[in-house]
Amino acid sequence: MEDSQPRIAFEQAPDGPCARLLGRWTAEALAQPEHWEGVHAALHTVQQEWRRCQWDLRQLQRLDHTGAQLLWNSWYRQWPDRLEALPAQRAMLERVARFSSVLPPRRRQTAWDLFLRLGAVVVRIEEHVVGAVRLIGQLLLDAVQLARAPRSGPWRDVSGNLYRIGATALPITALVGFLIGVVLAYLMAQQLRQFGADAFIVNILGISLIRELGPVLAAILIAGRSGSAITAQIGVMRVTEELDAMKVMGIQQGFRLVLPRAMAMAVAMPLLSVWTTLAALLGGMLASDLVMGLTPAYFVTALSKAVLVSNLWLAVGKSTVFGLMIALIGCHYGLRIQPNTQSLGEGTTASVVTSITMVILVDALFAVVFKDVGI
Amino acid sequence: MSPPASPLHGSLPPEGADLPWGGPAAGRMSAAPVVEIRNLWTVFRNGGVDALIHKDLNLTIQQGELLSIVGGSGSGKTVLLRQILGLETPLRGSITVLGRPASELTHDGAASRVGMLFQHGALYSAFTVLENIAFPLRELNTLPEDLVRDAVMVKLQMVGLDPAHAHKMPADLSGGMIKRVALARALIMDPPLLLLDEPTAGLDPDRSDAFCTLVRSLHHELGLTVVMVTHDLDTIYEISTRVAVVADRHVIVDAPPKEVIAFDHPFVREFFLGGRGLRAQELLRLHPHAQ
Repeated sequence: MEDSQPRIAFEQAPDGPCARLLGRWTAEALAQPEHWEGVHAALHTVQQEWRRCQWDLRQLQRLDHTGAQLLWNSWYRQWPDRLEALPAQRAMLERVARFSSVLPPRRRQTAWDLFLRLGAVVVRIEEHVVGAVRLIGQLLLDAVQLARAPRSGPWRDVSGNLYRIGATALPITALVGFLIGVVLAYLMAQQLRQFGADAFIVNILGISLIRELGPVLAAILIAGRSGSAITAQIGVMRVTEELDAMKVMGIQQGFRLVLPRAMAMAVAMPLLSVWTTLAALLGGMLASDLVMGLTPAYFVTALSKAVLVSNLWLAVGKSTVFGLMIALIGCHYGLRIQPNTQSLGEGTTASVVTSITMVILVDALFAVVFKDVGI
Repeated sequence: MSPPASPLHGSLPPEGADLPWGGPAAGRMSAAPVVEIRNLWTVFRNGGVDALIHKDLNLTIQQGELLSIVGGSGSGKTVLLRQILGLETPLRGSITVLGRPASELTHDGAASRVGMLFQHGALYSAFTVLENIAFPLRELNTLPEDLVRDAVMVKLQMVGLDPAHAHKMPADLSGGMIKRVALARALIMDPPLLLLDEPTAGLDPDRSDAFCTLVRSLHHELGLTVVMVTHDLDTIYEISTRVAVVADRHVIVDAPPKEVIAFDHPFVREFFLGGRGLRAQELLRLHPHAQ
């Protein structure tokens, strides 16, 4: 291996200087930093008299296109007067010479491009709005169709989605809810103890968990878990042309893809929200028992007095809206995906971000509109 | 234990001869085989059921060959390519590529040993054409940017693409262009071995002809060893110097195209002498440049 280092040997022959190339002039060998510096320096010293110099390539162990390119560039892209090379090496240099061209510059951005880009943003927003309206309208039409002929509905799809969205989410929502309940109870306990208002922990936990945190927490978890799955499922169907295959068979996408998911979400979301709330209350109850010595029996009796039933109805109603929204946003982004993998990733991310944002936004709306209910 | 008898092997040194390899003298590598597959066993586990794909498969690929691997669907041709690349490990048997075990092929500097054209190009979708082709060179972290760019432009034009496409994204390219860009990327480090998986699948006849011409001229000019998996009879007849037929879990015949056609085996009859095969041969007669 001692000879494979690419290098240039200079000699003063009677008829002028001679540069003899030795070693392996390949991209891999040249790219080793210690080799590169030597070759670079040698080519630099020969720069002034490169044309007078005799170039001898015949003793090279190997020359590849990168090595030939380096040589050609150091010759200022012209042939030297005297070149000794094997036919294959000459052919390679000729190929490099023929194809060495300047890279066409990237087009510069102008103000006009920026203006056009602004226009593209407006068009995209318009597309989103139109697409969303169309999706909701189609969902209503499909719901009417289902109401007319409930027997021919996509019930298998509904039950499958119900299982995937609802049943399989039970453990994770319970765990998160339970932990949030524990955290809240610990925080509240310390604050309330300062005022000697220990018993009010039931009111605070009850109202905040049942009315707000339970539904929002469940919705955010499901948006991340199932909203992204809906987008990815439909997006993959687009990439693999399954959506086109459905269309060709005359199967309505709205009825078979959007409706079952929306229905499953609308049913599963309130149930999951109640489930999460229960887990959170359990966590809060245990924590208050540990920290403050509030017995679970007291907690339960105080809870029924502290929290009006209307809060529960509000939470359930809110969750149904969240569920529908997550499903529709997931389907909306899924159906917009272009048949390439990059679009699939972007669409899934956008879907999750949008649905979580919308959940919080709509929750704020609910809080304002129903400020007089249940408190 | 020995590979299937082939008339081609007669003129070559005996297999397993101890040849100096890997040293600087490896510049003249005509003697040792580029790829040597010995007693290969491949098993696929599918739903708890083991399916034996290859059993005692032997194949030797010499330097400068343009070998087509042919076989029915599911006969494990693509798997064979992936095993040569070291992407998959066989159950039993050895694969030696350029004098080293195939499992070491994907180690550092693999791009200068082997180039692979994946069936769908496998271009990095986040990079432009230029960045895709330059990727192996840039990974070396030493060569100056202008040299890398020049080298990319040469390769881009060698595969017959216009320099204007350099800044495009893979998503904006047609199928034929994607294959050309992928070929340019596979060749950027001038590897001695080039593997092609279905190089003409999904190309129209015009483009697939152009692609064959391109591969043949590159094979000729760069002295590459080319191994390809293909179903396309025109491609097989037009460019391959040797055809290896995989059937019954091993290589049943391994010879120049004309001798393979004469080989008596149900698959060979079906594949080469069915309606499509005869038509392709007819075309070959009409266009004698193919051989």
